[in-house]
Amino acid sequence: MTALSTPQVPHATRVDGPDKVTGRARYAFEHPADGAVYVWPVQSVIAKGEIRNVDASAALALPGVLAVLTPDNAPRLSADDPELALLQSRAVAYRGQFVAAVVAASLETAREAADLVRVDCVESSHDVTLTPDHPGLYKPAKVNPNFPTDTEAGDPDGAFAAAPVRVDRTYRTPGEHNNPMEPHASVARWDGDHLTVFDATQGPSRAATIIAGVFGLPADQVRVIAEHVGGGFGAKGTPRPNVILAAMAARAVGRPVKCALSRQHMFAVVGHRAPSIQRVRLGAEEDGRITAIAHDVIGQTSTIKEFAEQTAVATRHMYAAPNRRTTHRMVRLDVPTPAWMRAPGECPGMFALESAMDELAIACGADPVEVRIRNEPAVEPETGKPFSSRNLVACLREGAAWFGWAGRDPSPGTRRDGPWLTGTGVAASTYPARAMASQAQASVDTAGQYQVSIAAVDIGTGARTALLAIAADALGVPAGHVTVRIGDSALPPAMIAGGSMGNASWSWAVTDACRELREQIRARDGAIPPDGLSARSATGDEIGALPDHARYSFGAQFAEVRVDTDTGEVRVPRLLGVFAAGRIVVPAMARSQLIGGMTMGLSMALHEESMIDPEFGDYPNHDLASYHIAANADVGDIDARWIDEDEPELGPAGAKGIGEVGIVGTAAAIANAVYHATGIRVRELPVRLDKLLR
Amino acid sequence: MQPFEYQQPSDAAGAVATVAGTEGAVFLGGGTNLVDLMKLGVETPDLLVDVTRLPMDGIQRTGEGGLRIGAGVRNSDLAVDPRVRAEYPVLSQALLAGASGQLRNMATVGGNLLQRTRCLYFQDVTKPCNKRRPGSGCPARTGDHRNLAILGGSEHCIATHPSDMAVALAALGAIVHVQGATGARTVGLDELYRLPGDEPDRDTTLARGDLITAVELPPLGFARSSAYRKVRDRASYAFAVTSVAAALDVAGGQVRDVRLAIGAVAPVPWRARRAEQALLGRPATADAFRAAVDAELAAAAPLRHNAFKVPLVSNVVTAVLSQLAGSTR
Amino acid sequence: MRTAKPATSAVRLRVNGETHALTLDNRTTLLDALRETIGLTGSKKGCDHGQCGACTVLLDGRRANSCLLLAVAVQDAEITTVEGLASPDGTLHPLQRAFVERDALQCGYCTPGQICSAAGVLAEAAAGWPSAVSAARDGEQAGLDAAEVRERMSGNLCRCGAYVNIVAAILDAAAATTDGGSR
Repeated sequence: MTALSTPQVPHATRVDGPDKVTGRARYAFEHPADGAVYVWPVQSVIAKGEIRNVDASAALALPGVLAVLTPDNAPRLSADDPELALLQSRAVAYRGQFVAAVVAASLETAREAADLVRVDCVESSHDVTLTPDHPGLYKPAKVNPNFPTDTEAGDPDGAFAAAPVRVDRTYRTPGEHNNPMEPHASVARWDGDHLTVFDATQGPSRAATIIAGVFGLPADQVRVIAEHVGGGFGAKGTPRPNVILAAMAARAVGRPVKCALSRQHMFAVVGHRAPSIQRVRLGAEEDGRITAIAHDVIGQTSTIKEFAEQTAVATRHMYAAPNRRTTHRMVRLDVPTPAWMRAPGECPGMFALESAMDELAIACGADPVEVRIRNEPAVEPETGKPFSSRNLVACLREGAAWFGWAGRDPSPGTRRDGPWLTGTGVAASTYPARAMASQAQASVDTAGQYQVSIAAVDIGTGARTALLAIAADALGVPAGHVTVRIGDSALPPAMIAGGSMGNASWSWAVTDACRELREQIRARDGAIPPDGLSARSATGDEIGALPDHARYSFGAQFAEVRVDTDTGEVRVPRLLGVFAAGRIVVPAMARSQLIGGMTMGLSMALHEESMIDPEFGDYPNHDLASYHIAANADVGDIDARWIDEDEPELGPAGAKGIGEVGIVGTAAAIANAVYHATGIRVRELPVRLDKLLR
Repeated sequence: MQPFEYQQPSDAAGAVATVAGTEGAVFLGGGTNLVDLMKLGVETPDLLVDVTRLPMDGIQRTGEGGLRIGAGVRNSDLAVDPRVRAEYPVLSQALLAGASGQLRNMATVGGNLLQRTRCLYFQDVTKPCNKRRPGSGCPARTGDHRNLAILGGSEHCIATHPSDMAVALAALGAIVHVQGATGARTVGLDELYRLPGDEPDRDTTLARGDLITAVELPPLGFARSSAYRKVRDRASYAFAVTSVAAALDVAGGQVRDVRLAIGAVAPVPWRARRAEQALLGRPATADAFRAAVDAELAAAAPLRHNAFKVPLVSNVVTAVLSQLAGSTR
Repeated sequence: MRTAKPATSAVRLRVNGETHALTLDNRTTLLDALRETIGLTGSKKGCDHGQCGACTVLLDGRRANSCLLLAVAVQDAEITTVEGLASPDGTLHPLQRAFVERDALQCGYCTPGQICSAAGVLAEAAAGWPSAVSAARDGEQAGLDAAEVRERMSGNLCRCGAYVNIVAAILDAAAATTDGGSR
């Protein structure tokens, strides 16, 4: 008989911390594979056209080169995703597309040989420039993941024209690249028709299914292992060319193959956030109460695959107004296919909306915190659905108090500190709160040791730690008696670590399985049979039965900035985010995630831009020296706090997900603060010094 | 990267003879620029001659009271040297503003002087570039040139020199000691570097096999009153958008002597001689400083996306000189 | 058309106190020698061009980017990687301990480079080296504060945005080591 112990306080530190600080943690590329060789891609140097001929003779002549894969000899794949249909056709859809690959015994030889592969192309003229009146603009059937493209209520044009206070501005966000610190990488090994891949992925279950489809295999013949992943931010949400290339090459040469993309490759083939051009119109009464909202978005996708970012969707639920419209129009350009990048839709959309709200506050002479509170909706404005929980107002009020907002003089450009002008700004944050069907298994042995398994993955979120805490709590035992296994598609299938849905989805499945196991143990009066006990959960039905309510996390972000009047340089000494995101499972991990999101928001505000070069059709700034992400010295004090919030509908853990809400609104808060400091309104990110130089 | 042979000579004469006499041979210092360029395929040497074991890693006092800095001295060691910090603070500040701690530990003085431009087209062998392949064109003029030159460029090339250290050395009138196949010589820093003109592929006046062995700082008493200011898009770990190295000697409210060099505006570290001349004997006021730098900038030929550098340089030079003069804004 | 084998060299690398006698393609960087040949995968490849710091190791006690060091050029140097920071009995280095306690990491990929770089920073500060921040401040070397740590650590990028906690961890470790705290 094994007695149950009382639950103890879960770990406050990251359970995989010691492995990560000692170098013991292994990422995809670092798993040893006997006899492994390397694959290195060849990229197109045209943005659009057709491959006429591939001459691999010089490459093949190098000692150590095992094979050169080309569209002529590559195995046939059945890829639904055109970005995974590697070497399947001679069509070139964007500059940097993989058009051939070298397999060699060493990294150095593979890279050298790739430079020797001659790819002759017929080049067509390309178009890579997004403009607001592009002749190719069209209305997509829906926007991601499954929202109506346009919505409308009342008479937004009429109400706007009649409004005493009007804001009508266009905002632009540039292309951005996720740039996780770990480049995409895979190690692939075939055993007969069974494929095992160590892959840098945000979702082993989904990856295994997709990869199996590409290679025409039953799903259970592909195993994807992702024990540690060096960040993703959306770019590793679905399989990328590295894993297809590694598997193809391994099949071709009959040996395990390692593929790690270079940082330069990452700018072409692993997705990015497309640029946006957004017109926001706000019509309001004199006191700032909004009567008309219109948010019209122009975006882009590639010519081979539609990715319609849902940029105006957040506007559909943020503020009340009886007359409303949101629209999305896209154009297909000769660029790589965009993909998820942290808070797709909400992130660029809220930069525009929250900048416009600031402009509205100024036009009304109202405080920017108050004007948002004045427009707080009681139900989701466009659908009438009740919110499961909404505490934006509390975030704004508490944030204002913590930040020291009271008594703020709104006049811009009046606070000097030597050569510095100083200012403060505020913006709201939001992100959908959802859970997706997942399965988990919980088991116990006669020694009283528990094991919980789920194909979740920890990409830096602290999922391992959170799931351990949740499992121990649900089992009613000390964490030291529990082992959590994740990161393997052989484990019960689970939602990807994405969309801020990972923890919400997994904790639900884990809690269900643990509670059921606990019930089994209780029903046996604690007697564990020699073979142990186990319980398996599947949350699909429960999630499908959720009421049709509006579920979001919310937050308020406050920024203090300094601008050097000689140079235009911007410093952000202080950022504060206050969030309402349901139950916070592991406070230390949550704080890190939220601050991490805000740091990325600061980086978006001040630094990031994937410049598109009309002449060559690529991003000339395709490395980390020329694509700037925030460095340590750019970051001052950043604090993240949260309101205790009871979320009754999102499963037993009541967690809403916090991976993305942190980046939403930060850039607007900073841009609003820059206006307050200087009187200069920057509507096109990033806020760089040349835009502030007088 | 192309394969290469590697040698580690123990005397400079041998190193020089090897590189001068071998096609495709280059010197290897800290490697922070060369290895980067080799990975990009921009540099494709057949033989690396490692000069980091040569006896060029000391900093000595010269007979005239200046300093002689071995070309093998690492950037960090030069930056923290007490004599440099006290007597030529602009040089220490310039070094500390450059790159990262790791790169400063690796990079040598010689290598820092000879580093190539970071123009994005120069670095991409799949694109035209007159500096890499004369006659192929300069896409930067109509493409991305926000970080490129407003002074000293030509229709063939508008690259900027990326070094911070070199800007300070330009202001200090540094003298470069070179050992070549035919013997040793000295070259003023302003004679080491070339403007692109019609031969953008030649960054320096060095011949193949010429090895920089030392950099000499002439004595300059008022260099104790000097400063380096670097303006960049990130608070750290980024190349300059504009930088200023200045030394100022003020007596009785008048400029008795001045040194001024501007970085990230030209293919070479830009010694602002026009501005210096305009300031000698003038009152040490912000107005005079501004007038002088604006006189220097009269020759600027900015393009659409780097025109902001003109007011930026004007502001920063005025601010730095004002700070050195101790005047309030 | 090259058909000859690439030039190689016999290379002796001293890593974490052990000597490895290798034959390497001259093009092999120290980073790739560590990761692919010796099997020490703690040092990470983030950019391979000295632009992110994830590959930072200590070379004769001084921090350096191993992706730009040719293995053949660093023979006989004492190289310390993240795997060599803890004591032989497994006791974590004060920096490792501080990083865990302050949650100065998330995905962990930049972490080994951050920690090796921080070890370099502590040594540099102890040796009285100024930084761009101290140079701007004039006067006495005040020791490491948040502004100094941020500047000195800026050669180590972190996309997860753990900077706030990284700074706190390094200040903790600096205090522990200057107080003569136990390792």
